[in-house]
Amino acid sequence: MVLAVPVTVPYARHSTKPAQWWAARALKALADGAGMSHRDFDGLSVSSFSLAPDSTVGLTQHFGLSPRYIEFLPLGGVSGVAALRRAARAVQAGDAGVVACIGADGNAPQSFRRSLENFSRASQDAVYPYGAGGPNVSFALIAQAFMADTGLTRADIGRLAVAQRANAGLNPEALLRAPLTLDAYLGARPIAPPIHLFDCVMPCAGAEGFLVMREEAAKAQGLPFVRLAGSIERYNAFPEDPVMLRGGWARDVDVLWSQAGMGPQDMDLVQTYDDYPFVSAMQFADLGFCARGDLKDFLAARDFTVAGDLPHNTSGGQLSVGQAGCAGGFIGLVEAIRQLTGVAGARQVAEAKRALVSGFGMIVFDRGLSSAAVVLEAA
Amino acid sequence: MTRKKSNPLLRTRRPLLPPGARSRSAHLLTAAAARGDFVLPCCAGCGRFLWPMAEGCPACLSEVGVKAAPQGARVISATTAEVPAAPYFRERAPWRVGLVQMEAGPQAVVHLHPAAQAGDKVVLRLVLDRAGQAVLNAGPEGGEMSDPQWQAMVADPRDRRVLITDARHVCALPLAQGLAKAGAVTIHCGLPEAWKPFPGRAALQAVPGVRIVPLDVISDRSVADAATDMAGRVEIVVNTADLPRPGGLLGPVAQVEARAMAETVQMGLLRLARAFGPALAGRGADGDKGGVAWVNVLSVFARAHPPGWAGYAAAHAAALALSHALRADLAAGGVRLVTVLTGPTEDGWFQTVDPPKVTARALADAILKALTNGLEEVAVGDVAKDLLARLEENPKAVERELAQGGLTG
Repeated sequence: MVLAVPVTVPYARHSTKPAQWWAARALKALADGAGMSHRDFDGLSVSSFSLAPDSTVGLTQHFGLSPRYIEFLPLGGVSGVAALRRAARAVQAGDAGVVACIGADGNAPQSFRRSLENFSRASQDAVYPYGAGGPNVSFALIAQAFMADTGLTRADIGRLAVAQRANAGLNPEALLRAPLTLDAYLGARPIAPPIHLFDCVMPCAGAEGFLVMREEAAKAQGLPFVRLAGSIERYNAFPEDPVMLRGGWARDVDVLWSQAGMGPQDMDLVQTYDDYPFVSAMQFADLGFCARGDLKDFLAARDFTVAGDLPHNTSGGQLSVGQAGCAGGFIGLVEAIRQLTGVAGARQVAEAKRALVSGFGMIVFDRGLSSAAVVLEAA
Repeated sequence: MTRKKSNPLLRTRRPLLPPGARSRSAHLLTAAAARGDFVLPCCAGCGRFLWPMAEGCPACLSEVGVKAAPQGARVISATTAEVPAAPYFRERAPWRVGLVQMEAGPQAVVHLHPAAQAGDKVVLRLVLDRAGQAVLNAGPEGGEMSDPQWQAMVADPRDRRVLITDARHVCALPLAQGLAKAGAVTIHCGLPEAWKPFPGRAALQAVPGVRIVPLDVISDRSVADAATDMAGRVEIVVNTADLPRPGGLLGPVAQVEARAMAETVQMGLLRLARAFGPALAGRGADGDKGGVAWVNVLSVFARAHPPGWAGYAAAHAAALALSHALRADLAAGGVRLVTVLTGPTEDGWFQTVDPPKVTARALADAILKALTNGLEEVAVGDVAKDLLARLEENPKAVERELAQGGLTG
């Protein structure tokens, strides 16, 4: 199974357009990029938090498709990997030939707050009424425990945010491109300590997408593609942990690397789910790049910029490009396809052959419930 | 007695509420918090405690109810919401929030006392927040009164001004004394029919802060005059207006007395609510010591109706119904409506009722405790508690038992 045609509909901080509009733009970009009519996509997978009252089924008529496979995956940070895994199985089983996978969300000035109020029942009953801090407060409680456990300081974690901002400087479509120094990171306004301003993503509107098909189909269409080498997905991995010091990757990491026949040392670039940089640090440990106890040294030793020895979130990631709802679950995947097909422009990582992309999300109560990861290989 | 004078040049802050949406099942916690009970969701099958409220136990998928639980917990981590999303918290930021490991088993996000740090032992309380919804509050043992977040949820009389609507009520004197001791600045005590002798006047006037004012809840004019004088300057209203008259439906003066009781208890509440309610609700966020509570002192006969107290029970049942409407109206300002259901008091009019009866002091103490602990439903005395428990168990049995002579009038 292969992935092709990475598309990003340039993000906007706020938009008057609904998720349906963003999904339509992504679908058009996929059709244009593939040199096909969108009517020839016989699979459609959509991830969105703000598509209500629609789901994917309504979009088929709206967009004039007649697919034989559809999927609606409003799974936040694992949307992209989950869409890929399901689409690949559908293509493998013959249920679809070409699946368009799209993550799209709108963002009006007050829509983020409204989505917080309605994010989950557990949040409505038992989180949001406690200070209404949204994910910042929930992740602050996790970050504090994680930093106490690992000995990481804000300065250690800040290296990731600073490197991503440097990468974003090479991405004309990133919403936040002004250079960020470690001092500026450390001196930023507290939001919910230890979370400060530059630990937070900026909610925005946008869409991402890619196509999943057989290798022969991509070749027949003349499309550059990347191969799916391995993938994992897990929900509520460690229900007995009193506080989230690890994600579900820790449970499935061996499966991932053995499927791929590779290891962390083979990765030319890594795209983690960066809703907060400390969560990226957690992924490095859980996905086998270093032991959790060694994170401090690992973060100090590696260069995470595009030109560095471990390019990470090379587009700038959500921290610098913006978090467009469920598209945030696609951003790393789409960027990895771009990098491995050599179309990343100024931020192209040299000799990029293999990439790890991880997803994470859905803090419905006190921890992120979803974890996923995928290893991709250039053709 | 340190109530700050408000600056008339400044805008009165309009009341906002914390997020109030809850699942239906979560209101099992609201009911417990309203009474001041500490319960947690608990699996009916395997007995493990859960948090938050669930529709199925994650261990065995059995149904989930609530059960009394140990209140101890340890703080896992703590933070302050410096930039909350909801306007209510934004204007009160920084707001302290913690993640705790409960002794009962689960973890929970809680409102956290300012002194509590990661690793500390804390005591959990279920309390109603300003939206009237149950929330978990955590702090050191006995530390709640020093917690500004706790203070924002309860109805502490300290530095507030109170109106007791009927100074002739048996509990008026001990209540005024208790309020004064709790730090209330001014205690207005309404005196109906001032031309009648009032033997308790001297004792009441001896209480610091007490001000005896004319107020007769059966008079539109009197209530309107009192509201003009005081409505914008009281933060707690305790409605004690009552007219206990025993007798069944068929007695010679039943109709006259029922009308009189309705005029005092039901219509009196209506008049007070219309005159004082809007100002109280509108001042729900008027500084840290704004409008905070309305207490209706009602008879438990509002819920269980002995035939020998037909008119009295009807008047109180009507007042209870009105008080639910008033609760909804006051809730818009974050002002709590407290329903105190008392058993028969030590009072001449309940002469024929068997003991145990409620002393004036016990009733006053219950009202004060309701205010300082932020309660919403209070039953006072063994008779009231017993009647309510029996009602919950089997209302038809209560009806039959009362018909056979329980609590004769």
